[in-house]
Amino acid sequence: MSGTVPTIEVSGLEKRFGRRVAVAGVDFTLGAAECLALFGPNGAGKTTLLRLIAGLLKPTSGSVRVLGADPRRDPIGRSSVGLISHQSMLYAPLTALENVEFTARLYGLPDPRGAALAALEAIKIGDRASAPVRTLSRGLQQRVSIARATVHGPAVVLLDEPYAGLDEAGASALTSLLQTLRASGAALILVTHNVSEGLALATHAAIMTGGRFARFEQGRDGRPFDAQRYAADYRTLVSRAS
Amino acid sequence: MPADAPPVRPTRSSPPGLLRAAWIVAQKDLAIELRTRSAFLSVVVFAVLGLVIFFFAWDSTAVSALDLAPGVLWVTFTFAGLLGLHRSFGVEVQDRAFDALLVSPVDREAIYLGKAIANLIFVSAVLLVAVPAVALFYNLPLGRSIVGLGSVALLAAIGLVAVGTLFSAMTVNTRMAELLLPMLSLPFFVPIVLTSGQASTRLLAGRPLAEALPWLRILIAFDIVFAVACTVAFSHTLEE
Repeated sequence: MSGTVPTIEVSGLEKRFGRRVAVAGVDFTLGAAECLALFGPNGAGKTTLLRLIAGLLKPTSGSVRVLGADPRRDPIGRSSVGLISHQSMLYAPLTALENVEFTARLYGLPDPRGAALAALEAIKIGDRASAPVRTLSRGLQQRVSIARATVHGPAVVLLDEPYAGLDEAGASALTSLLQTLRASGAALILVTHNVSEGLALATHAAIMTGGRFARFEQGRDGRPFDAQRYAADYRTLVSRAS
Repeated sequence: MPADAPPVRPTRSSPPGLLRAAWIVAQKDLAIELRTRSAFLSVVVFAVLGLVIFFFAWDSTAVSALDLAPGVLWVTFTFAGLLGLHRSFGVEVQDRAFDALLVSPVDREAIYLGKAIANLIFVSAVLLVAVPAVALFYNLPLGRSIVGLGSVALLAAIGLVAVGTLFSAMTVNTRMAELLLPMLSLPFFVPIVLTSGQASTRLLAGRPLAEALPWLRILIAFDIVFAVACTVAFSHTLEE
């Protein structure tokens, strides 16, 4: 893979559901080890955008490239993506280990069980590996879901409100895992309503309203965003849009 | 991209091939069924109750057991199979586990085949209970025709699963899935019930296999056509 290929490249992306426009002409690129914090009110199109990038939805127009490949058509593109959503995307009757191991096998990892155990340990839930998912609390299920989405060491991690339901220990483990993923070169897109939480890891930040990027900016010289200023700008933009 | 950004970690291995991925999906579905056993027990109980109702509605002086039993078996099997097929994608909808499956690098065809393999094993297990139950209720001479009848059952199960798995995927996200699945599937099951019924009537009557062969050929052709068509069509049903 050439070093000049962006990890994520989104151009002219549009998605309509019937007459309703969910995503309207979104463009951006994200390189290795970069993190985009994406904010916006409910119904702004954030989740639809993540699903388009993951290849779960077919764009009405425009394109998505992950490491130069279309995730909808190219298995290599999909194998580079990890998706964490509101829903756990787990099988409740199976254990935490079985769920993560199943994903590891789908990605063709050489030691699926070992990789699954390591992923569960990384999010501090290794001691509950043999517990059926249905017996775990919402927060613990979310941790298993994070292990499931990151077991294959994805180059792109898409996170839709990943902190929802996590307690302090879980949130801290997730932040630490995301830092490790970024350090290993993964690009992250983090959708959240919590501005300071989102900006903590961000190299880029965007505010989405009505399916568009009302604002997109890159952090300067690796300095963190000013969360207070950004939160004030966010409120102004959202109230103006509504 | 920052100049000092580390390189993206390459994918550590290649995704499994079509059949390997299908078997991984099938194993997962069977593990869920073995863990819960709820669907299998419900379907077996439904099949046996269906046979009991048919048995008590039967006037043995008007219709002979050999004439009635094959129809009873395949009608009961069809409806019991539908119950099992509905559950196939039901486990994927809960907590949107299907999204994780679709994001994975395996081909859509592998997902369909995996689901179909698990369904075939499930439906065959139901038949293992239903066929002896029919023989018991109607006092059928199963011994002579067991191999032939087993072949008919396997071919019927393949056809039912090929069509039913596709329609289960199509209907699972609809509000009326329990009603839509039979409405869409049953017209396609007519050739299966017709050919299986005709073939098994001849086999149970102790006729030579050659007499059942024309019906079996139709059943085999149905299986091949629908297995291929449904595998190809599956990825299109996933488009929103």
